[in-house]
Amino acid sequence: MASITLENLAHSYRSDPKGEADFALRELNHTWEDGHAYALLGPSGCGKTTLLNIISGLLQPTRGRVLFGDQDVTQASTAQRNIAQVFQFPVVYDTMTVGQNLAFPLRNRGMDARYIEERVQRIAQMIGLEGHLGQKARGLTADLKQKISLGRGVVRDDVNAILFDEPLTVIDPNLKWELRTQLKSLHREFGHTMIYVTHDQTEALTFAEKVVVMHEGQVLQIGTPQELFEKPAHVFVGYFIGSPGMNFLPVSVQGRRAIAHGQTSALAQDYGHPQGDIMLGIRPEFTRLTKGEGLPVMIKRVQDVGRYKFVNATVFEREINIVLDAHIEIEADMTKVSLDPDKISIFSNDWRIDPASEGKL
Amino acid sequence: MTQKTTNQRAWFLVLPVLALVAFSSIIPMITVVNYSFQDSFGGNEFFWVGLEWYRELLQSERLWDALGRQLLFSSIILLIEIPLGILIALSMPKKGWMASLCLVLMALPLLIPYNVVGTIWQVFARADIGLLGRAISDLGLSYNYAQNAFDAWVTVIVMDVWHWTSLVALLSYAGLRSIPNAYYQAAEIDQASRWAVFRYIELPKMRGVLIIAVLLRFMDSFMIYTEPFVLTGGGPGNATTFLSIDLVKMALGQFDLGPAAAFSLMYFLVILLISYVFYTVMISADNDGAAR
Repeated sequence: MASITLENLAHSYRSDPKGEADFALRELNHTWEDGHAYALLGPSGCGKTTLLNIISGLLQPTRGRVLFGDQDVTQASTAQRNIAQVFQFPVVYDTMTVGQNLAFPLRNRGMDARYIEERVQRIAQMIGLEGHLGQKARGLTADLKQKISLGRGVVRDDVNAILFDEPLTVIDPNLKWELRTQLKSLHREFGHTMIYVTHDQTEALTFAEKVVVMHEGQVLQIGTPQELFEKPAHVFVGYFIGSPGMNFLPVSVQGRRAIAHGQTSALAQDYGHPQGDIMLGIRPEFTRLTKGEGLPVMIKRVQDVGRYKFVNATVFEREINIVLDAHIEIEADMTKVSLDPDKISIFSNDWRIDPASEGKL
Repeated sequence: MTQKTTNQRAWFLVLPVLALVAFSSIIPMITVVNYSFQDSFGGNEFFWVGLEWYRELLQSERLWDALGRQLLFSSIILLIEIPLGILIALSMPKKGWMASLCLVLMALPLLIPYNVVGTIWQVFARADIGLLGRAISDLGLSYNYAQNAFDAWVTVIVMDVWHWTSLVALLSYAGLRSIPNAYYQAAEIDQASRWAVFRYIELPKMRGVLIIAVLLRFMDSFMIYTEPFVLTGGGPGNATTFLSIDLVKMALGQFDLGPAAAFSLMYFLVILLISYVFYTVMISADNDGAAR
């Protein structure tokens, strides 16, 4: 096992990329530390799968290098890299039994039959396939097939990393949770580096220790789920993470005050006089409806979902969302919304600014 | 008030179809059945003979020989065309203009009328003036499909392979193209050999189209008539007289309507039986697939 380093990595599907726009994956430097669980999160078409396929060696990058430990593997084949990959749709060998499927990678590597037998038993037990070993793989349900795909990955004990490409897409919702839990326990057991591609933030945030948020071929932020939630590095991260996403208001900032349409909100820190397009961002969870202080608000719709109330409103003709505890009664004279100063983020030209410049990419 | 009125006039609407089917299939078929139980003489005289023709045919060496040749021919055709077709499909380019070119070239033999195929090969393989036949002779090999039974067989088989392997290749190609890329990527990660990829991914995924290919090629080769008829006329001797050539000889050459009718009914039943077997196999393969 080893850490995975990406150096000046970029990829274009065109043979003669000209501008930035031709790149499916823009220049990227990052080290995936050994034994950690990462999630690669972003909307469809943002370059997640491209990045994954470059790491696994199914794709040759246009530029840059891929290092496993301190060994350059950019030109190495997938097999030489000792990578396991689980795909979006379960890949099983139809004519083989479950046991033969699991044994296949080991058999291809010419392992000893007794070792294979023992290893297959162990893995099957771990991922809950021991009752199916003798069954033909073709008749099984999607979740069992996906377990076989996973099992074929972890059955090798020399695997450098396991890559997942939206592995739960075709799985029933009630089984997703179970499979994800199993992945986490596998991770604890073996300590493989795991990289998990998804466009589902719940999956990413529950699975990974660190989440990499991508958008339009660019890595916007790498951080823990909490960092992404509280200190998004880019407007897109704020908008993409959280449900509903972050609220944004165009403001001008002077020191500890944010001013919009002549109305002032207090800030927790002194931002000086930032230049560019300034946006104030606040999570719906950190806003309150009040009768006195705050910005004027027009409430348009209230949805009660049990534990929370989702309030859809406008502030200076911009739509915002407010999340309140269900027990809070909304009264007719609540015409203001107040923002928690500690939780406000300020963005300049879409990127977060921090006076202490902590948490910045 | 909701009592339904039955309107028998609706029958008139299906009458045209009934008439068409009756005249094109049912009446000729019944006529054949009728002939098979009668002996016929000139002047339209018929005598009832019962099962005589069937008994006679089942005991005649001629029918069994033709059936044997037919089965041997179909087996050889399948054994050559199916693996060859798969091999061609595997080596065809996957995309780009080369792929389109290959598809067009492969489809060409399928578009040529049967008797033209026969004529092409009849000339092409002639030992005196044919390009192929003359070339083989000039190499010092004795080759003459009109006189040597073995040469005739080889020529008929090569002609059929030339004509129909494309069909198998095109079907296999379609099957191969429908395999998602992830399977190949997974196999690469599992370090599967080329043979293992074929054996465990490509072959199982092609199963459906291969059953269709085998069925089509078997039925077609089992009923082959035009091409060997044009090429060899069933000769030399009876060497390439397959079932349908024999049938036509009996019915039109010798004008033995009774035996020919009995012959064609038995021929029909054999084809029906084999179709049924293939149909059952296909359905069970489908059920296997549906259980996924």
